[in-house]
Amino acid sequence: MSVFIIRRLLQSGVVVIIMSFIVFSGVFLIGDPVEILVSDDADQEEREEMIKSMGLDKPFLVQYGIFVSKALKGNLGESFVFNEPALLLILDRMPATMELAVVSLMIAIIFGIPLGVWAGLKPESWASKSIMTGSILGFSLPTFWVGIMMILFFAVMLGWLPSTGRGDVQVILGMPISIFSWDGFSHVLMPAVNLALFKLSMVIRLARAGTREVLHQDYIKFAKAKGLQESRIILVHVMKNILIPVVTVLGLEFGGLVAFSVVTETVFAWPGMGKLLIDSIGLLDRPIIVAYLMIIVFLFVFINLVVDILYSILDPRVRLQDVKS
Amino acid sequence: MTATDQDITENKKQDAQEFEGLQTPFKRFLSDFCESKLAVLGFLVIVGIALLAIFAPLLTPTDPYDLTSVTILDSRLAPGEKMMSGTVAYLGTDGAGRDMVSAMIYGLRISLGVGIGSGIIAMLIGISFGLLSAYAGGRVDALFMRIVDIQLSFPAILVALVLLVTLGKGVDKTLIALVVVQWAYYARTIRGTALVERRREYIESAVCLGLSKNRIMFRHLLPNCIAPMIVVGTMQVAHAISLEATLSFLGLGMPQTEPSLGRLISNGFEYILSGKYWISVFPGLALLVTIVSINLVGDRLRDVLNPRLQK
Repeated sequence: MSVFIIRRLLQSGVVVIIMSFIVFSGVFLIGDPVEILVSDDADQEEREEMIKSMGLDKPFLVQYGIFVSKALKGNLGESFVFNEPALLLILDRMPATMELAVVSLMIAIIFGIPLGVWAGLKPESWASKSIMTGSILGFSLPTFWVGIMMILFFAVMLGWLPSTGRGDVQVILGMPISIFSWDGFSHVLMPAVNLALFKLSMVIRLARAGTREVLHQDYIKFAKAKGLQESRIILVHVMKNILIPVVTVLGLEFGGLVAFSVVTETVFAWPGMGKLLIDSIGLLDRPIIVAYLMIIVFLFVFINLVVDILYSILDPRVRLQDVKS
Repeated sequence: MTATDQDITENKKQDAQEFEGLQTPFKRFLSDFCESKLAVLGFLVIVGIALLAIFAPLLTPTDPYDLTSVTILDSRLAPGEKMMSGTVAYLGTDGAGRDMVSAMIYGLRISLGVGIGSGIIAMLIGISFGLLSAYAGGRVDALFMRIVDIQLSFPAILVALVLLVTLGKGVDKTLIALVVVQWAYYARTIRGTALVERRREYIESAVCLGLSKNRIMFRHLLPNCIAPMIVVGTMQVAHAISLEATLSFLGLGMPQTEPSLGRLISNGFEYILSGKYWISVFPGLALLVTIVSINLVGDRLRDVLNPRLQK
């Protein structure tokens, strides 16, 4: 077991190092930040001083070395635009993104599982058929366009919900959270639903497939033969068994939610880190782009590591196979 | 279903069975595919859209790229209003005064072109790496699949975003980004199929005959792995079109001068709060119809080409 974990940790470390190099060299290639930061009437000397102070005059590999040694101390550079540490700026925006992602995940689970189970129990009814058609739409519709349409209907035409921003924010357990006040909730509703649509469709499909499979199992027949109530069979016996794949996939997909929030945050002007990334790309603010990407790489590697380890605990075959190969 | 209806279908089935001996595999595939009305509709829509895209310059009432005829005086006309030149803008005009009908047809052209083009290039790359991986096995296989695993553990949109930030805007750059995002799916799919096919007798006999590796890989192995590639390919094209639209919406994919559907929607987003819905809604609907049609066809293809579901 510990051999397996150490191997996976080492692999994750290698992935982080490779990705940091790719990200750094990729971002290194874009634009000239000096052009944007130096005022037009600056003379050559001022320009050179600026370049020197940002360390842009050094060779590429030296710059990468400096970046890595600083990154190991938790310093991912200072934003050219805000003159603040990039890491702090992103961590400052992170709660907003996380809140959006968590609320979306909740929506996907709370609505997806019952709808999927229903579609699995009565596959021929018109309700199930429309649920499944809806889930195909959820897969194919481009998220950003649905977001725009939601703004058009609920904000512009009906005027029910605000279209931009985050609204009232309360500090709970040291984290700024907006869902607990009506104003905040009304702000979070549309972006969260928008972000959830894709995952919702996925949960519906997984739950439906799971239900149809479980219904043919012997223990369900046995439960029916015992004369258990229909509701108990569905809520206890079916639910328990379809939750495993649903939870696994959602755990893996959480990172995807955070990544996709870039789009939703741009549509709804949600002040999260995805919006910060898009703004920074426009301003060529390299340190923020690099820091954001590094944080995302970390997040993904971490999620994959945790899922791998959990798998190996739940299913020893995975671990044995890995050692053999 | 009434009794006579049932009789007729019974008869048809019998007829079909009698003629089965004369049917080619392609004909059987065609009749299987046509069983789903939705899929046929989707296919017809795709053909229609493709024709629109190919013959765009002949069909559009105005040329949205011709800066001499596009005037700002026409900007943001509501659907049905007359433009300065006298042509009626049936779906309105956008912020720059381009007729939406023309802009959308040209936009479709770019979206489809980029989607299909990137799909084909990615498929070729994916097939080469996937086949090699499955056939060579061992270290080559481990290395390729590790690369594929790592890439697929990051969401497509993020990989494309990083690439476009680095490369900049433009048709060619968007194409590169979409190819990089997609090749891994093809590689993994074909490797899976090829691993199964490799153990079949016909490969063994080809090896015994002393045929060259290349010949076995591309003439014997590849043709038998093509069915799942068609399915993945169809789905991936829809995915690529959607991804390109998203990237253009974020201001990264296509330049403003050659607006794809995503870019048109993004342009209209500025005016959505003032109720000028048509600039965003219509290109979005065009995008939606395209993607849904492709997915319907892909869904049906998966059912028809799946050997496990074949009668």
